[in-house]
Amino acid sequence: MGLQNIKSTLSGLGLALASMAASAAYDYDLPKPGSQLTHEIYGLHVLIMWVCVAIFIVVFGAMFYSILKHRKSVGHKAEHFHENTTVEILWTIIPFLILAGMAYPATKSILNMKDTTSPDMTIKATAYQWRWEYDYMADGVKFISVLSTPYEQVTGEAPKGEHYLQEVNNPLVVPVGKKIRMVITSGDVIHGFYVPQLGVNQYGIPGFIKDAWFKVDAPGTYRGYCSQICGKEHSFMPIVVEAKSEADYAAWMTAQKAAMAPAPAAAPTAEATPAAAPPAEASAAAAPAEHK
Amino acid sequence: MAASHAHDHGHDDHHDHHPTGLMRWVKTTNHKDIGTLYLWFALMMFFAGGFLAMGIRAELMKPGIQLLQPELFNSFTTIHALVMIFGAIMPAFVGFANWQVPMMIGAPDMAFARMNNWSFWLMPPAAILLFSSFFVPGGAAASGWTLYPPLVIQGGISVDMTILAIHIMGASSIMGSINIVTTILNMRAPGMTLMKMPLFVWTWLITAYLLIAVMPVLAGAVTMLLTDRHFGTHFFNAAGGGDPTMFMHIFWFFGHPEVYIMILPAFGIVSQIIPTFARKPLFGYASMVYATASIAILSFIVWGHHMFTVGMPAAGNLFFMYATMLIAIPTGVKVFNWISTMWKGSMTFETPMLFAVGFVFLFTIGGFSGLVLAITPVDIVIHNTYYVVAHFHYVLFSGAAMAIMAGVYYWIPKWTGHMYDETLGKWHFWLTSIFFNVCFFPQHFLGLAGMQRRYADYALQFSDWNWWSSIGAFGLGLSQLIFLWVVLKCVKGGQKATDRVWEGAEGLEWTLPSPAPYHTFETPPLVK
Repeated sequence: MGLQNIKSTLSGLGLALASMAASAAYDYDLPKPGSQLTHEIYGLHVLIMWVCVAIFIVVFGAMFYSILKHRKSVGHKAEHFHENTTVEILWTIIPFLILAGMAYPATKSILNMKDTTSPDMTIKATAYQWRWEYDYMADGVKFISVLSTPYEQVTGEAPKGEHYLQEVNNPLVVPVGKKIRMVITSGDVIHGFYVPQLGVNQYGIPGFIKDAWFKVDAPGTYRGYCSQICGKEHSFMPIVVEAKSEADYAAWMTAQKAAMAPAPAAAPTAEATPAAAPPAEASAAAAPAEHK
Repeated sequence: MAASHAHDHGHDDHHDHHPTGLMRWVKTTNHKDIGTLYLWFALMMFFAGGFLAMGIRAELMKPGIQLLQPELFNSFTTIHALVMIFGAIMPAFVGFANWQVPMMIGAPDMAFARMNNWSFWLMPPAAILLFSSFFVPGGAAASGWTLYPPLVIQGGISVDMTILAIHIMGASSIMGSINIVTTILNMRAPGMTLMKMPLFVWTWLITAYLLIAVMPVLAGAVTMLLTDRHFGTHFFNAAGGGDPTMFMHIFWFFGHPEVYIMILPAFGIVSQIIPTFARKPLFGYASMVYATASIAILSFIVWGHHMFTVGMPAAGNLFFMYATMLIAIPTGVKVFNWISTMWKGSMTFETPMLFAVGFVFLFTIGGFSGLVLAITPVDIVIHNTYYVVAHFHYVLFSGAAMAIMAGVYYWIPKWTGHMYDETLGKWHFWLTSIFFNVCFFPQHFLGLAGMQRRYADYALQFSDWNWWSSIGAFGLGLSQLIFLWVVLKCVKGGQKATDRVWEGAEGLEWTLPSPAPYHTFETPPLVK
């Protein structure tokens, strides 16, 4: 075991060094924006980073210049000044103006982000330990979404798949280009509905309903996570959002309605679509939930 | 640091007799002994908390669950934070206050000497409670150090032990703070006006007020948790008319000033060290004092920036964003002042100065990431990610902890009478700085890419940076053994320190012999 670890560590070192430049896994930036909000956020982040870089260069340029030139070993004699009111006022006012410059676009973005009025549709997300329930309230469609990564991949008994810990049995399906209001709550402890590419991060708080909105740019799969520690399987309750074109979404919704239509008492046809898996069993099927 | 004292210092020597053996330490009311106890306690906790950190990084080195099952992993993160905050950083600063405040203001001891003993001896039981909670049924508290209900309500007896530990440590902090405030306000030597006090004393005076203001708030919050858990109250239970969000508000009303409690004394230490090694007086002394006070006052109105994702109204988000951004101004003033102090000085780079310059550089990086996080819309996409973890380790490790190390190297010759090993000290600095950055800089990238904190396992795109981060963490942990070695070596012996120790040192403590006699300034010195 120990030797194995050392070996794999060494090979990891080699691999990491070899792949450093090429590997896409060395992400160093926010993910590609996927919604109107995240375009704004991405821009804000870039702006602030450049401001920080500029301040960094000026401030530490001065510090390192001083460290190189004003040292005893090069014979620099200490001067004895210890205040300068003009300079001190300047370096209070200039940062204030820089901050005001940052605050302006941020304020606009906040007001936009918090404006959940007049949505095109509303979906309720309820978090549980450790799964999500999505309720398309206007359509009467409701299902549970749980992690679909087999537990063997977690323990290392099986090789890890491409979407390790980022795949679910029933993704949240939404149409593109529509303002989607999520109402978010929880059935037990606090969880967080977090999809970075869509710019949504909202705690689900038991006993309270909170809301957030997003509008997806393009069809595709957007992956997210639970963003507030919620117990031992906190890292095993991902969120997957499947954005479809309006026509595809309508077709999907029709299928869901059909699957949900039979009264629960009447025996449904054998081929229950995966998307309509009954809540309780779905959670039991969640692989990690069965392990201690 | 049982330094034997040289007995040739004239009238002071007959006071140098003190009890010996174990009871000396149990019953001591001497500020130097108590300072020593605090510092050793903090160092032990630093290694204990560091052990937990190594466990966390070992588990996160690769995706998958290898070493720590998720529940134990959560306990590790929770206790790591509590131990480092309440066991390592805060007691270390109290240790500095005990040793240095009386010597820097020309007082013979702390105002309440017996209470001082009690403040310290409350700490070990609290630490024992925290660590023994790993071995009770259900394991240690696993809710994160923020102890949010309802998750924390689900925990076992260990949560009650944690609550009790927090109460005890809070009581200790409040007593320590009252002692420091009273000492500073009443026991200064004649001529030592407030605006002549060394900056370290100023920062501790302000910190002590912060502690007195917020520790009772935390005590109230955890008491409400306790009654919710056992006595049928519903402070934080919506089904009974309570609100989990209220806990967050109360917790962070404590929690944000707490952040400054851990950094203001660090500012003080660095403000002592830089002028010494630049051989030039501190630039902008008065503005340093005002900046410290401004930061302290602002710290009470920014707590909501920890809660941008709970769903506050737009006005709440805006208020907390603006208030948080304002903190950058006094903090910036401090950084500019430190650099202006270096400017046109005559600098040398002994270990304390290396740590102080490292502090200014790395803490400022933490300041920049703090500014990024203050921008609400950006915070939304990196809230609770490793970006936040990177940010607060830049301000708490390369901020608080490196300032503590700087302070130890700076004053240890005064405490022990010996110079520390300069070569080992420099090795300690460079290895610490390099591994610190290897460990925590990649965490910015992980956070931007969306990796959540308190995750025992993660998606594959986070593998590479996590691997680097773990390598850095192991190096960082090992490098601290050098620190232990240097301190032990310095306590045991070494080149005899002069009274002034450093060529550029200014202040009352440097007028005393090295090591400082057991009793000092029984007759107050006259300042100026």
